[in-house]
Amino acid sequence: MSEHIIPSKIYYAIWIGLMILTVVTAAVSFVDLGPFNTIVALLIATFKALLVVLFFMHVKYTSEKLTKMVIVSSLFWLLLLLFLSLADYSTRYGHS
Amino acid sequence: MSDSPIAVEQHEHRPELRHHFATVEQQRDSATLGMWLFLGTEIMFFGGMFCAYLIYRIWYYNEFAAGSRSLDIYLGTTNTIVLICSSLTVALSVRAAQLGKRGLVIILLILTLIFGLAFLGIKGVEWYDKYKEHHIPGSSFDAGDLVREYPQLHIDQSHEQIYFSLYFAMTGLHALHMIIGVGIFVYLLYHTWKGLYTPAYNTPIEIGGLYWHFVDIIWIYLFPLLYLIDRKPLR
Repeated sequence: MSEHIIPSKIYYAIWIGLMILTVVTAAVSFVDLGPFNTIVALLIATFKALLVVLFFMHVKYTSEKLTKMVIVSSLFWLLLLLFLSLADYSTRYGHS
Repeated sequence: MSDSPIAVEQHEHRPELRHHFATVEQQRDSATLGMWLFLGTEIMFFGGMFCAYLIYRIWYYNEFAAGSRSLDIYLGTTNTIVLICSSLTVALSVRAAQLGKRGLVIILLILTLIFGLAFLGIKGVEWYDKYKEHHIPGSSFDAGDLVREYPQLHIDQSHEQIYFSLYFAMTGLHALHMIIGVGIFVYLLYHTWKGLYTPAYNTPIEIGGLYWHFVDIIWIYLFPLLYLIDRKPLR
């Protein structure tokens, strides 16, 4: 794999997108969406993280499959930690 | 990537290529993979805290909501924007290094350091505000102001202390990573200044950049989780 030099305008576009999403997520938090406030905030954060990983961290342009496997498996273990812990604690008595 | 004997020949002429790698591409891919493995352990490191946060937030939602309201959303948003700007300068510095523009790399690395230190400065102001409000967990902790401000939330002070413990632990660990990041970038700046990086060899800037972007991503999650829990008008 030879390294891929990304046009700088892509970096600027991602940067503008991240700035807009930051302002949007702060503004939306003042609107009453019920339980969807948290969901919207996390979706925006995940989308921002995805932009950083794919473009700033060059994962979109890497042909090294091992790198992608490390990232996906790291996230898998994180989700395992969060979901199994949640499954335990949210089904106990004494707290709701 | 070529497997021809020429690649072996290059060893004589390329001081940046370590002898156990066949090509510079292979060397760079190995370094990148190693950095991602490290970031994988970092995900689990922060993951434990995110997990603790998740469980306590479900248990003590009202206290988390009140604690979140007591943070300064303007400083928090400003800091998010500062970090995003620093990620842009890092991404551009990696590109400039690939193109061999040494002067531009130096300017972008200095800008990154300024943004990083600005983030830490703003964070310090926020922590000092919390100190003045007696919101730092410990013997002088007092969330009476929040109890009076939000009577409808029925705040338990010891549960409120858990929110602030997690707030300081998570932002503190993140700030520690920022301080380490500043150290890494001072090192990269020094080596760029000495002209050690070329279009053929700039892997340290690339993987230093990966670290910086990762710390940015942690903040991208910390910002909504700590500052934006519940900002809507209380009924």
